[in-house]
Amino acid sequence: MKVPSVAAAGFLLVFPAVAAARQVHELPASYPYPEPAWSPYVVGTLIGVLTMLTLTFSRKPVGASSAYADLSGLLGRLAAPRHIASLKYYQEHKPMIGWSLVFVLAAIGGSFLAAATGTNEITGTYLQDMWVARFGADSGLLRTLVAFGGGALMAYGARMAGGCTSGHGISGTLQLAVGSWIAVICFFLGGIAVAIPMYRF
Amino acid sequence: MSGTSVERPGESRFQQPVGEAGASPGPSATPESASEETDSRQWKWVDGSAAKLAQAVVFGAIFGFLLQKGGVAKFDILMGVLLLENFVVVQVMLSAIIVGMAGVYLLERMGIVERQIKETVYGANILGGLIFGAGFGLLAYCPGTNAAALGQGNLDALVGVAGMLAGSYLFALSSKFTSGGITSRGKRGKITLADLTGLSRGMTVAIVLPVLVLVLVLLEWTVIR
Repeated sequence: MKVPSVAAAGFLLVFPAVAAARQVHELPASYPYPEPAWSPYVVGTLIGVLTMLTLTFSRKPVGASSAYADLSGLLGRLAAPRHIASLKYYQEHKPMIGWSLVFVLAAIGGSFLAAATGTNEITGTYLQDMWVARFGADSGLLRTLVAFGGGALMAYGARMAGGCTSGHGISGTLQLAVGSWIAVICFFLGGIAVAIPMYRF
Repeated sequence: MSGTSVERPGESRFQQPVGEAGASPGPSATPESASEETDSRQWKWVDGSAAKLAQAVVFGAIFGFLLQKGGVAKFDILMGVLLLENFVVVQVMLSAIIVGMAGVYLLERMGIVERQIKETVYGANILGGLIFGAGFGLLAYCPGTNAAALGQGNLDALVGVAGMLAGSYLFALSSKFTSGGITSRGKRGKITLADLTGLSRGMTVAIVLPVLVLVLVLLEWTVIR
């Protein structure tokens, strides 16, 4: 059992150093993709460290999708308290202001801080570049319908699958959970099957 | 333990039913009364101590900050991975998994953390995963990066929030009627890749880590450069 421990420790020490040493890459641009402000390897490494911190101090894995279910249920408790109490899912997952919801709300603030520091990346746009390139600048209604429908499908799927790109895709996979590896592969398969016809056919 | 009569006003309880006020046994005992089963206003509103929620503020802010700095709050970069044209998302996710896998494994061996994983249910993981993916392709933001996109000012992420609230509610609504079907096929409990292969956890990590690093290196050399 010594060897795996040493190997794991080695990766933990060496990988961030290698990651930090690499330059942010140049993209071959048929479509002009933006560059991240920081190296994706540095950011990924720090998110990996963050998962260690949340598990250690909060006993919670990093995750996002359940926050939307909590908020939805909280609004429902205000609007139709008896109806919400009749739903099995909410009986088993009582919607409260808890760690997950606060975590995601804080993430909005953290992202604002990141966009406002360094090179200013605050957008304030409703239609993003790639959408406009494909659907035109006057496609606001279409974007509203697609984003709403997409959000609804995504949250429904997340609840069925038991998590999202954070909860399954990062926290679950790094703890070797079988269902998380299956789910994250299906996330990308489903996404690719929609995205390529939508933007490239 | 002598202070029950002092705490009797019950400040910790929300909306104490008028009829029960006199008969209430004590502040900490929350009886499973009929009203709590039929009226969700009787449920607690806040879950967790102030300290724990303060941790959520700090960790959540760091998470959102990192997502934005890593470029994965950007519509184009998120669509780029689904179009197989841009791999920043894969770079971020795989390096997070590599570092987290090594780190959490060590913390677990030292007895500092306990594993926190979801049950594996093949039917639900596959069908839910594909539905999630289709929605992700339409919205372009996933639940975490939608928060980050909103933070950097992408206003369409507000519609994403509304859609996700609706979808979460629809799932809860359908939980009233459906029980089982394809989504309950293949329940395996909280299994890991180690359980699947029969290898020790340490050995599994020692095999998976270099494979993931190799994937990143190959990606860097072949597709990105």
